[in-house]
Amino acid sequence: MSAALSFFNPTGQTRVLPGFGLSLGYTLVYLSLVVLIPLAAVFIQTASLTGAEFWAIVTAPRVVATYKLSFGAALGAAAINVVFGLLLAWSLVRYSFPGKKLVDALIDLPFALPTAVAGISLSALWVGNGWLGGLLAPLGIQVAYTPFGVLVALIFIGVPFVVRAVQPVLEDLETELEEVAASLGAHRRQTFTRVLLPVLTPALLTGFALAFARGVGEYGSVIFIAGNIPMVSEITPLIIITKLEQYDESGATAVAVVMLLFSFLMLLAINLLQAWSGKRTGRNR
Amino acid sequence: MAVTATRHGGSPIGIGSHRYEDNAATRERPWVRRLILTLALGFFILFVFMPLVVVFHQALSKGWGTAWRAVTDPDALAAVRLTLLAAGIAVPLNLVFGVAAAWAIARFEFRGKQVLSTLIDLPFSVSPVIAGLIWVLIFGAQGWFGHWFIEHDIKIIFAVPGIVLATIFVTFPFVARELIPLMQAQGRDDEEAATVLGASGLQTFWRVTLPNIKWGLLYGTILCNARAMGEFGAVSVVSGHIRGQTNTVPLHVEILYNEYNFAAAFAVASLLAMLALVTLALKSWVEWQANRPAASEKMMVRK
Repeated sequence: MSAALSFFNPTGQTRVLPGFGLSLGYTLVYLSLVVLIPLAAVFIQTASLTGAEFWAIVTAPRVVATYKLSFGAALGAAAINVVFGLLLAWSLVRYSFPGKKLVDALIDLPFALPTAVAGISLSALWVGNGWLGGLLAPLGIQVAYTPFGVLVALIFIGVPFVVRAVQPVLEDLETELEEVAASLGAHRRQTFTRVLLPVLTPALLTGFALAFARGVGEYGSVIFIAGNIPMVSEITPLIIITKLEQYDESGATAVAVVMLLFSFLMLLAINLLQAWSGKRTGRNR
Repeated sequence: MAVTATRHGGSPIGIGSHRYEDNAATRERPWVRRLILTLALGFFILFVFMPLVVVFHQALSKGWGTAWRAVTDPDALAAVRLTLLAAGIAVPLNLVFGVAAAWAIARFEFRGKQVLSTLIDLPFSVSPVIAGLIWVLIFGAQGWFGHWFIEHDIKIIFAVPGIVLATIFVTFPFVARELIPLMQAQGRDDEEAATVLGASGLQTFWRVTLPNIKWGLLYGTILCNARAMGEFGAVSVVSGHIRGQTNTVPLHVEILYNEYNFAAAFAVASLLAMLALVTLALKSWVEWQANRPAASEKMMVRK
């Protein structure tokens, strides 16, 4: 035990507080049992496939169609959320309007509402005879059971990410910056694009990356509104489930590996973005 | 890191906006302001508010009686019991882990700390479907330990233990994520002073650390619980969907919906929507409580 501890404490400094070995040991054991070993199972299971078999599974046309939809819709939804998330964060910080506290609290609804509930309610809202779908039906636009349905679900899921990334940065911004810009003769629009936007960019990108990463893996809120038509409105997480239900565990696992590698890349990107954001805005997190 | 992204919510807004609106350098022209507000609130109503309202509207579409029967149906009650059981196991386990991890990471310097901190976030960036799949690979009929468990007649997958495991995985980071930055910001001076003055480790924890972190702990637990009770994708993979036995509340909603029993599906879903609203209300209250002492401290410094 002491040898193991000296690995984590190469300088051998003495610690005043007790419980280092116990808390770190427990953390490592629990993390390994609950997260690391189970995730490793995905990679070990895939190792039973040859490279060619693996490649054939993850590049099958039906699977590639799901990547296009999952990644495309998640990108689109994250981009839409960047625009409207910024407007929402701006309104919450800078303007007073009736019901503001309620709006601020409900921004987190997509985190708190179980995804299955979001799925059926979005579906009811956007089907041809729903409140919103009914408005679009006369125009010949169908949202539910098409790729647009996937987009709508991912917009809902992504709302809090951008707002909550940008809001604290906006709150911390000193008004002096804008006063200086104005006194130097900048228009309001110039002040926004040249002074405010550069400060907000890292937070906007962080929110974008978080919403995108969540959107690619999202399942519950999408499957009810997507219609799940192969090659058209089928998402990648669903194809994993479909393969599992056909007792094709290696197929399911191979697709899972692709998604996991993407998740790890996004996690890395998000960590770098947040470090950059922290440096840019002086917020120490 | 802020994959929950909720941590920053609810900082005391509403007090500051006049600061911007009364300042010529920080306010927009009236038509610009109106445009921004219309777009922002229009988006909010369309994509956040209406989905919430629809749940309750659909739940009552066939009257209170139908909704009540759907919620008190034996299968629905069994689902509620299973959901409470899964959350009742997963939340305390992850709470203990969160405290241990935060103590190790925020109170000591050691090699690999940053890596450990990132690994704790992993479950947030994994698709819920994969969070279910991993347990099938380990405990399923063809899994690593599948044979052993079948021989001993123990069911993990398509049974309650699998549901609990999947729930533990998806809610794993919540408490740790709240506590680590909070305890890092507070520093270790208080605890070191207590220890130097002769307090034992447990005394230091109960009397110094816990009062300092109680709001963060509560906040993390509330979010952890909401996710535990509402998880769908991961639980769906391992459940087997046996009515009255391995159905959690979200899975029961799915079954009712797929049977075109919409009013009943939304009635049960409205229970989960109410849970979400209670969660948000508690979250706002905790944020208000946590901000209060900080605000009064600031005022004292100003005087």
